Amino acid sequence: MGELKLMKGNEAVAEAAIRAGCDGYFGYPITPQSEVIEYLMAEKPYERTGMVVLQAESEVASINMLYGGAGTGKRVMTSSSSPGVSLMTEGISYMAGAELPCLLLNVVRSGPGLGTIQPGQCDYYQAVKGGGHGDYRLFVLAPASVQEMSDFVKIGFEMSFKYRTPAMLLSDGVIGQMMEKVELFDPIPRRTEEQIIKECPWATTGKTANRERNIITSLNLDPAKQEQHVEKLARKYESMKQDVMFENIMTDDAEYLFVAYGSSARICQKAVDLARAEGIKVGLHRPITLYPFPEAELAKFASQVKGMLAVEMSLGQLVDDVRLAVNGKTKVEHYGRVGGMIQSPTQVVEALKKQIIGG
Amino acid sequence: MADVTLDAWKDIIKPENKVFSKTPLMTDKILSYCPGCGHGTAHRVVAEIIEEMGIQDKTIGIAPVGCSVLAYEFLNIDMQQAAHGRAPALATAIKRMWPEKYVFTYQGDGDLAAIGTAETIHACNRGENIVIIFINNGIYGMTGGQMAPTTLPGMKSSTSPYGREVELMGNPIKITELVAQLPGTYFVSRHSVHKPGNVRKFKKAVRMAFENQKNNKGLSFIEVVSNCNSGWKMTAPEANEWMEQNMFPFYPLGDIKVDGQMVTKK
Repeated sequence: MGELKLMKGNEAVAEAAIRAGCDGYFGYPITPQSEVIEYLMAEKPYERTGMVVLQAESEVASINMLYGGAGTGKRVMTSSSSPGVSLMTEGISYMAGAELPCLLLNVVRSGPGLGTIQPGQCDYYQAVKGGGHGDYRLFVLAPASVQEMSDFVKIGFEMSFKYRTPAMLLSDGVIGQMMEKVELFDPIPRRTEEQIIKECPWATTGKTANRERNIITSLNLDPAKQEQHVEKLARKYESMKQDVMFENIMTDDAEYLFVAYGSSARICQKAVDLARAEGIKVGLHRPITLYPFPEAELAKFASQVKGMLAVEMSLGQLVDDVRLAVNGKTKVEHYGRVGGMIQSPTQVVEALKKQIIGG
Repeated sequence: MADVTLDAWKDIIKPENKVFSKTPLMTDKILSYCPGCGHGTAHRVVAEIIEEMGIQDKTIGIAPVGCSVLAYEFLNIDMQQAAHGRAPALATAIKRMWPEKYVFTYQGDGDLAAIGTAETIHACNRGENIVIIFINNGIYGMTGGQMAPTTLPGMKSSTSPYGREVELMGNPIKITELVAQLPGTYFVSRHSVHKPGNVRKFKKAVRMAFENQKNNKGLSFIEVVSNCNSGWKMTAPEANEWMEQNMFPFYPLGDIKVDGQMVTKK
C-alpha cells in the first residue's frame, strides 16, 4: 500500500510529477489549476529529486521551454487551463511535428474566450483532434478522480516517451479542485545522463565523436519528405490504439448506455444508480483514453443497446466520436450543461428518459 | 561543380601554402544564403569558437525562424529549431535541464525583436546563463524583404514601399540597448562581419560570451549589424556601404555592457 493522502486533484498531479521522475515543470498561473505550480514551488522538488520548476512569462514561453527540455530527452511537463492551452497550441503542434514527448495538463474551464473559471468539458475537440495547425494527435487521458490525476501522470509520461509525442491529461475544474483520498505511487528516480542518452538516442545532448549530430525540428522544406513524415506520424497515431483504455460500469444487461468521461462520468455513475432504482437498465461506458478513442468497444455496444446518451459539459463534442463509432447502428444523443454549470444526476436521468427512451 | 580539367590549381593548393581551413564544425552543405550575406561568416565564427574551446560535445544550438532557419544544416553540432521567436524559451529550459552544457541561440531581428520580444526580454531579465547571437539586417529576409522591427526610418521594404514612416509604422527598436538595461545581462556588444577587422572583433566577443557561460556569469547578448543585399535591392558592395552609412549611425558598433557594467560613452 502506497502513502495515503487527502489531496486536491491539482496537488495530486504536482506530487505525482515529482514521484514520476519529472525533470522539469514550466508553467504560468491560471485558474483553476494554479495549485499545481504553487504546490511544486512550496515542495522544493529540486531538493527532493533535482526537478526544476520555473514560472515562465507566458504559456507561450512555457510550452517552448517544454520543447527545449524535451528535445534534450528530459521528462518535462506543464499545466494550464483552457485559455492558456489555446496559447500553447502552436508549441504543441511543433512538438508533435518534431516528435517530442512531454506531459500536458488541461484543467478545463468553460469558454469560449475568458468564459468563466468554472468547470467545462468544452476543449474535447481541441485535445483529441489536434488543436493546433497540421495533422497530429496527442495521447489524451481523461482522469475522473484525484487518484487518476496522480496515476495518469505516470502513464502519461510512459505513453509520451513510448510514442514520442505529447500526452495530455484532459481534466476539468471539478477534478482539479475537488479533494479525495489518493494512494501515491512509490517514487521513480529521475534518469541519469547515461540512461537518457541510451533511451533517447535522438536527443540533443551534445554531439559526440561516435555519432552524427542530432537535430530537433518540425521543418521539411521538401514536400515529398514532409509527406513521408506526416504519413509516418499517422502510422504512429494509429498504433496508439493498442493502448486504448476504458471502463464499463453496469453494462452487462444494459439496454441503454451513458457515454461520459472525466467528471461527467462520475455524475453518470450516480445517474446509473438512480435510473436502475426506477427499473431502467442503463450502464456507463467511460472512455479513459480520449485519443485513442475506444471506438471498437462502443461499436460492440451498438448492437446491444437501444440508445446512447453522451453526457458532457459542452454543446456536444464527445458525442461526435460516439456517433462515428456506432456508425448509425443505434440512436446517439447529447446532453450536458455549459457555461460552468454542471448537470446533476437527476437531470441526466431525465434527459435519458426524454431523449432516448421516450424520444 | 564544373569539371576541373586544368591542373594549374595543384601547384597552388598544397599543404605548405595553406593559410586557412574550414572548421570541421561547419558541415559541407552549401550555404543557402545569398552571396554577400553576413550569415555564413557569423556561422563560421560561432563554429570556430566552439571548436577552439573543445565544447562540441557539450553544445546545443538553437536555430530560429528566418533566413537562418536551416542553421542546423550548416553547423555540425546538436541543434534544435524553434518556433518563431521562441528560441530563448528553448534555451532557458535546455540550460536549466543541463547546466553543465553550453547553449546558444542564433536569431534574426524579426524573430528576436518582434514576435519573440517577450521571450528575449524575460530570458535576459532572468539572467539565463546562455549566449544569444542576434543578426540584425533591418529586414525580413526569408519572407521576401518585409519591414522589420529594426527597419530604419525612411528605409524601403516590401511592406514599407515608400519608406518606413515613423508616424504610421512606429520607430525601429534598439533592443540591444534595451536588454543591456536589464540586471540579468552580463555582456552586451554590437558588431559587424563585413570586413576582416570586424570579424576579428566579433570573434573575440563570441569567445568572451562562451567564456562567460563557462564561468556561470549570466546572459551574453551579441548583435551583428548585417546586410541583406537581396532584401535591400542592392549589390553586395552597395549593401555594405549602405550599412556603414545608414545602419551604423543608428546601431553603433562596440561594447554596451561588459562584466555586468554599462560601458560609459566617451
